[in-house]
Amino acid sequence: MSAKIESFPGTPLSQADLDAGKVLTTYWKPKLEYGWDAGVAISRYLEELKNGRIIGIKCSRCRRVVVPPRVVCEWCWEPMNDWVYLQDTGTVNTYSICYIRWDASRAKEPQFPAVIWIDGASNAGFLHLLDEVDPDDVKIGMKVQAVWKPAEERAGSITDIEYFKPL
Amino acid sequence: MRRTAAIVGVGYSGFRSISPDLSYKEMMYEAAAKAYEDAGVDPQRDIESFVSVAEDFNEGTSIFDEYVPDQIGGALKPVHTIPGDGIHGLIAAYMQLLTGAMDIVMVEAHSKASNALTLSDVMAYAMEPIYNRPLGANPHFIAGMEMNRYLHSTGTTEEQCAQVVVKNRGNGFLNPSAAHGARVDLEMVLSSETVFYPLKKLEISSHADGAVVMVLASGEVAEELTSLPIWIRGVGWCNETPSLETRDWEGATYARKSAEMAYGMAGIRHPWQEIDFAEIDDTYAYKELQHMEALNLCRKGEAGHLVQEGATELDGAFPVNPSGGTLGVGHLLDASGLGRALEVVLQLRGEAGERQLGEVETGLAFGWRGVPTTSGAAVVLSV
Ligand SMILES: [Zn+2]
Repeated sequence: MSAKIESFPGTPLSQADLDAGKVLTTYWKPKLEYGWDAGVAISRYLEELKNGRIIGIKCSRCRRVVVPPRVVCEWCWEPMNDWVYLQDTGTVNTYSICYIRWDASRAKEPQFPAVIWIDGASNAGFLHLLDEVDPDDVKIGMKVQAVWKPAEERAGSITDIEYFKPL
Repeated sequence: MRRTAAIVGVGYSGFRSISPDLSYKEMMYEAAAKAYEDAGVDPQRDIESFVSVAEDFNEGTSIFDEYVPDQIGGALKPVHTIPGDGIHGLIAAYMQLLTGAMDIVMVEAHSKASNALTLSDVMAYAMEPIYNRPLGANPHFIAGMEMNRYLHSTGTTEEQCAQVVVKNRGNGFLNPSAAHGARVDLEMVLSSETVFYPLKKLEISSHADGAVVMVLASGEVAEELTSLPIWIRGVGWCNETPSLETRDWEGATYARKSAEMAYGMAGIRHPWQEIDFAEIDDTYAYKELQHMEALNLCRKGEAGHLVQEGATELDGAFPVNPSGGTLGVGHLLDASGLGRALEVVLQLRGEAGERQLGEVETGLAFGWRGVPTTSGAAVVLSV
């Protein structure tokens, strides 16, 4: 219907008007910094990543082994402190392939964020990145293994694992 | 007839200047676990709804409600988060009970103020962005301006304001969970730096980390759960217009209207006679006095004399902030008001230790959202 209308009532606004400051706008750049305390469970988890190991925690009631570890089982409200070392291998539960980066720029190489269920954990594991794989070859259910940073570069961070690669 | 409801369990973690040993989740868990133990409930079996209170800017996480359920036992359950004061959260939980749809509901609020490294900037972002914020003044000036007008219009003195600090930090000294309890004298407060005239450095509360959880239940269920339910008799809340240019700078209208609503609901006509003590916002020392008057606990211009005469001390005729208030316990961001309500519960249950008041049956808690807001919430609680 609007295709039949040749001119709309009102005063149109163009990019040039905005650039010329005809529309008044106030800008503000926030200064926000946070230093989150990792706490009991995640501190141990990060420390073990620094050691090149994955640690999970087991619920004594439902017997689930979860990673990242937490101090209470969210399914049965049971305090948890039965720590369990886990393999650094697992299975891709789901993934996406990102052609656009965090800053909305076009990615030269696509990124593969994936949920990886770690062997020995109860449907739990990592949100991490896959690499050394072609977009055509990524599959749900594929077996993968962690690729670690060299020990001297590890800092107790989720990025101590660089990515997971197909096994 | 309106359903009745009571607080049947409380728990808290903190309060401390810093808490590097616990994540915010673990702090919430500690408070929740204690509250559920206190109430004798299992969150997954018994609690039907979970209300949390958090402000994304304070947390550093957008859509913070996403990170709430696990550590309070609320996974796979009705959970929602509101930004507001902890007492707004308490009222939200209470209203769920009033609907009749729920019988056991919890409310949680916390502060990880130590983790917000640019907290003064976060405070500044509460200012109106187009015609107030560009002036670039530290928003504490709003408290300075309001104190100035309040002293001018009531004849309250700077000494009387300073006495609030002496009292509240002294009360905090008797409260093992207060982060900023101290023995300070009037001279120390008055000689501390004037930072936002006429407001002095020691008259501004410092932050603390901590979490507060309460379990609420509808009347019959509350009586099954505990022999000492703390009844919610009245609630009220109010926001004035935000405008700095036109607001009431003298009388904290938001507090007056909140109290009128809460007293009306509770059937209270003479608050200073029918209420035994109060925990009310004292983010800045003068605020305790201004809020006392607005909450109709005394006449306008009278609060300063009451604090000076010792009437609001622990052994006074009408104790105010026996916990130490925000000045003594520490400012808990969104949990501050719930911290005030926590003390009312502890006092009414006779569990306030060294600072326990004698023979108290009814208490008032009042929270304020801080500068630049005119946002307040009140709750009247009785044994
Ligand atoms: Zn479990």
